[in-house]
Amino acid sequence: MAEPRIVVIGGSAGAIETLLEILPALPPGYPLPVVVVVHLPAGQPSLLAEVLGTRSALPVVEAEDKARACPGTVYLAPPDYHLLLEGDGTLALSVDAPVHHSRPAIDPLLESAADAFADGVVAVVLSGASSDGAAGLAAVRRAGGLAIVQDPATASSPLMPEAALRAADPELVLSPAELRVHLAALGRTGVRR
Amino acid sequence: MASQDVDLEIQLLLEAIFEKYQYDFRRYGRASMKRRLVRAAHRLGCRTLSALQERVLHEPTVFPQLLEDLTIQVSDLFRDPSYFRAVRERVVPVLATYPSVKLWIAGCATGEEVYSYAILLREEGLLERTIIYATDIHPPALAQAEAGVFALERMPAFSENYQRAGGKGSLSDHYVTGYGGAAFDRSLRARVVFADHSLATDEVFAEVQMVSCRNVLIYFDRGLQDRALRLFADALCPMGFLGLGARETVRFSAQAGRFTDFDRGERIYRRA
Repeated sequence: MAEPRIVVIGGSAGAIETLLEILPALPPGYPLPVVVVVHLPAGQPSLLAEVLGTRSALPVVEAEDKARACPGTVYLAPPDYHLLLEGDGTLALSVDAPVHHSRPAIDPLLESAADAFADGVVAVVLSGASSDGAAGLAAVRRAGGLAIVQDPATASSPLMPEAALRAADPELVLSPAELRVHLAALGRTGVRR
Repeated sequence: MASQDVDLEIQLLLEAIFEKYQYDFRRYGRASMKRRLVRAAHRLGCRTLSALQERVLHEPTVFPQLLEDLTIQVSDLFRDPSYFRAVRERVVPVLATYPSVKLWIAGCATGEEVYSYAILLREEGLLERTIIYATDIHPPALAQAEAGVFALERMPAFSENYQRAGGKGSLSDHYVTGYGGAAFDRSLRARVVFADHSLATDEVFAEVQMVSCRNVLIYFDRGLQDRALRLFADALCPMGFLGLGARETVRFSAQAGRFTDFDRGERIYRRA
């Protein structure tokens, strides 16, 4: 894989506890944008940005349409919108139909990231009870990006990581503790895979 | 297939659609456009977007189906109730100071916003002196909006939104049910002008006191967003209101200087 340029993470049931383990490990000034989709109930404001933000050294914000995805910032998909990446590195929102019964969904993020950043994508599929993210992770793989799946044995809902494992044959299957180390290491030059 | 090849196919297909049908999708955001096109190709049994292009050019029945996939947008009545509450409590009192009010709902799709505003304005005693321009590029959607019939199973969620938006009665005061549908009171659309209008290719057609364009600009690239916002600024009277979707902003636009914040949280702006 080329030099990583962006980290994209998708999760559902059980993913927030994993994110609470991973995100605090990313140091201030982390050199990559981190874009996250977590399945959320629609129709109510989400407290996720606050919950993750208080535990993270990086700012955690809900994505704004057309904003540039900046290094060292964690962007969350707002409830009831899909979050995608454009070729110019900006964030895009959509209210297109739910994918796998979910909006936001993980596949649109991962597939658009693969289109926009090709082999510069590091994609992670976390715990969840759906098959969302599997097709997206396969697209990341095809584009030469780095595909990572949370070890289903460590996921409170293993369905989603298992589906991603089958569909994408990822390079890395990691526990939350290992994910911490790997993602933090992406921020240091010379340490990749 | 390599992603650059797909990009080329998208570009050629959108060019073909524009040249043949004068629908200009060339400056729509590519990430969502690609998803919509790939889904449409799949639905129409085309292996590639080039194959889809051939059918769009040679089979007259294909383009209307594709247009449906490219424009489909399903909203809810009183989507984002806090937005409509802010319109009711903060914008309507200002609108009420005008002898007559013109409201432009740009990209009205199947009419959910139209009926939300019409109900709100009726309850505030303003509908009788308001003209609502409801525009969209998709004629079947406009026809559906004009019919004003929504599936019955959507009503509980709509009712909840209506209540949270500060509704003064019951949503069911405004519709009758039958045949699995809820038909909204036809007097609600007595003051609505439904019209085919494109933010990509058409110009301003009226001076208005408020523009509501919610979750439409997210589909445009920055250049087309600028064009749409220019139209809105040109259409609005001084101090007129612009309401955007909950995650949209004028901030990244070249037109940003023509608007000031009115309600930052609800994305309501005023013409500077």
